[in-house]
Amino acid sequence: MTASPADGLRVGLFVTCLVDLFRPSVGFAAVKLLEDAGCSVEVPAAQTCCGQPAFNSGDRADARAIAEGVIRAFEGYDYVVAPSGSCGGMLKKHYVELFDANDPWAGRAEAFSAKVFELVSFLTDVLKVTGVSASHDGTVTYHDSCSGLRELGIKAQPRALLATVKGLELREMKESEVCCGFGGTFCVKYPDISNSIVSRKTADIAATQAETLLAGDLGCLMNMSGKLKREGSPIKARHVAEVLAGMTDTPAIGEKRR
Amino acid sequence: MQSTSPRFRKNAVEALADSELQSALRHVRSNFIEKRAKAVAALPEFDALRDVGRQIKDHTLAHLDLYLEEYEAKVTAAGGHVHWAETGADACQIVLDICRRVNARTVTKGKSMVSEEIGLNAFLEEHAIVPVETDLGEYIIQLRGEHPSHIIAPAVHVTQRQVEADFRRVHTHLDPARNLDEPTTLLGEARAVLRDRYFQADVGITGANFLIAETGTSVIVTNEGNGDLTQILPRVHIVLASLEKVTPTLEDAAQILRLLARSATGQDMSVYTTLSTGPRRAADPDGPDEYHVILLDNGRSAMLGSEYQEMLRCIRCGACMNHCPVYHSIGGHAYGWVYPGPMGAVLTPSLIGVEQAGHLPNASTFCGRCEAVCPMRIPLPKMMRHWREREFERNLTPATTRYGLSLWAFLAKRPALYRLAARIAAGGLGWLGGGKGGFRALPLAGGWTRHRDLPAPEGRTFQDLWKQKQRDGGRMPQ
Ligand code: SF4
Repeated sequence: MTASPADGLRVGLFVTCLVDLFRPSVGFAAVKLLEDAGCSVEVPAAQTCCGQPAFNSGDRADARAIAEGVIRAFEGYDYVVAPSGSCGGMLKKHYVELFDANDPWAGRAEAFSAKVFELVSFLTDVLKVTGVSASHDGTVTYHDSCSGLRELGIKAQPRALLATVKGLELREMKESEVCCGFGGTFCVKYPDISNSIVSRKTADIAATQAETLLAGDLGCLMNMSGKLKREGSPIKARHVAEVLAGMTDTPAIGEKRR
Repeated sequence: MQSTSPRFRKNAVEALADSELQSALRHVRSNFIEKRAKAVAALPEFDALRDVGRQIKDHTLAHLDLYLEEYEAKVTAAGGHVHWAETGADACQIVLDICRRVNARTVTKGKSMVSEEIGLNAFLEEHAIVPVETDLGEYIIQLRGEHPSHIIAPAVHVTQRQVEADFRRVHTHLDPARNLDEPTTLLGEARAVLRDRYFQADVGITGANFLIAETGTSVIVTNEGNGDLTQILPRVHIVLASLEKVTPTLEDAAQILRLLARSATGQDMSVYTTLSTGPRRAADPDGPDEYHVILLDNGRSAMLGSEYQEMLRCIRCGACMNHCPVYHSIGGHAYGWVYPGPMGAVLTPSLIGVEQAGHLPNASTFCGRCEAVCPMRIPLPKMMRHWREREFERNLTPATTRYGLSLWAFLAKRPALYRLAARIAAGGLGWLGGGKGGFRALPLAGGWTRHRDLPAPEGRTFQDLWKQKQRDGGRMPQ
């Protein structure tokens, strides 16, 4: 085996609460991708959620308490990787905002944030992975989830890796950069507005006639796939990591269990 | 202006059901976005210019008192008058006093969001003075008895078909058989009707995009030239502007102008950029005899030094609302006050109180597109989050949200307990929904399942499976 830039790197996987609860297969796909690239992956048990629900609801005290827990659990790793742009953005961009400059936690948050990456961008930008060995016969379309796109600059990375998946054809949807209407608690606090937004999204998705919808965030995927299902659409939804890891034998999001 | 922001939720539902509005909003989604993108792509230094714009405004806001004093001195030296208005009511009264002194009956107006903010038209009408809006969009909504739904395109919610009907209803002196099929014929008709009004007016009121401290000049940009006629033809010109419009120099304003039209309408420059300094001088062929500036505070100075100060950089280009998925869904009226969209979600609670406007900063997906396009680099989502924090601190967050949140946070702070709860939830929901793949309805999840299915969990949590895998020497659990 040739040496990879990742050899010997200890990566702590931040699973994200939605992956943990709803779709463990994304977590295992992330582990496979990281291990294939040469990392040794560990999953600290002391993680729960990144704290976004509290942070975005104005509950700063709880957001801070949760952030302290996450930082403590992950401080010992070379890198912290999350299969989500939104949670990645929270850990990387917003944790530092939770502590005042003179707070003893400020420095720890700063050091922590430097080590955090979203999964796909970690593979391409840090580990310099240029291709995957997976194959996937079929057409897919890719939605650029907002936080990953605008907070972390994730746009080209997943496309670059998808281009190396054998048999896969990417069909770009119109306005792939427009929000799907999920927005964390937004989608349940303002369901009708959220519905109007996701309806425009599913129309753009359907227009590509792709068989599968991919994205890097489970929240957005659950929103869009839930809407596609309600509309009776046959389009399947998957986290991009599942396709990149070649782990598509599990039922798609919201599909019947076999 | 009276606020309907507390009824935001209801406003939104009505807006979603309004098919005429929905078809008008399609125009916002396509036109504005495309034009801005083209204009920005054609100016390589656009992003660098945004930094310059931000620096200029930040510097000005840090020394606002000095620049306002300088501005006042220069206006006075040019023969004009500066009036300071702390509240909207003060500003209205100052306008009325001026109008009364010159026996004004008709007042023409250029487009001014500040005049909407202080409810000037209604106030003047109450005092038997007729305000006439001269901007086409403002004219249309005045005919309809409405308020603007967008800060640069006030009548963007109205379809062409509706404008035609309004013109036929109001312009009864014109041939009923006339052809009004084209936007240009509508524009032509409005121009003809307004022409007489410009000459009738005793006072002209405009807003200001910039107030230049160095020269005492006010700057307005328009695309119709109506602002020029409004400020030049009447005997008295009143500039109504809020404090933060001041800019140190003409050069500063020129830099920011390069951002404004590109961000707003995708033009390099607005068709007219008009500068006025004081009343008509002896050698001038035209211009007003009196020149007044009303400097409105109405809550701005309280934003200085607060976490909302950066909002005062706003140049009212409208790019944030043009790119906002929530605005695209419900339009501007649903926000319930003068300023809609993301900028309104920050500004409105600052100006009328978060008790009134608490919904607005919450009704955002935080997709961040507003901040990505804002020419003045205003961190809009961050400031909306600050409002949510103020609401949370003051117990204004709805009780159900608070309880749900505190239960969740209780668990999120206790990993062992959290893992247990997650295992139970994933197992239970997976068992319930796995056979079908998801839920069409679920108790307590009505907000989600009203419009979407809820995908069922796979059945076991990742943490649980991972632990088993470690125990089994790395074999994947079946
Ligand atoms: S907040 Fe920014 S984008 Fe929105 S109107 Fe103001 S300057 Fe324009």
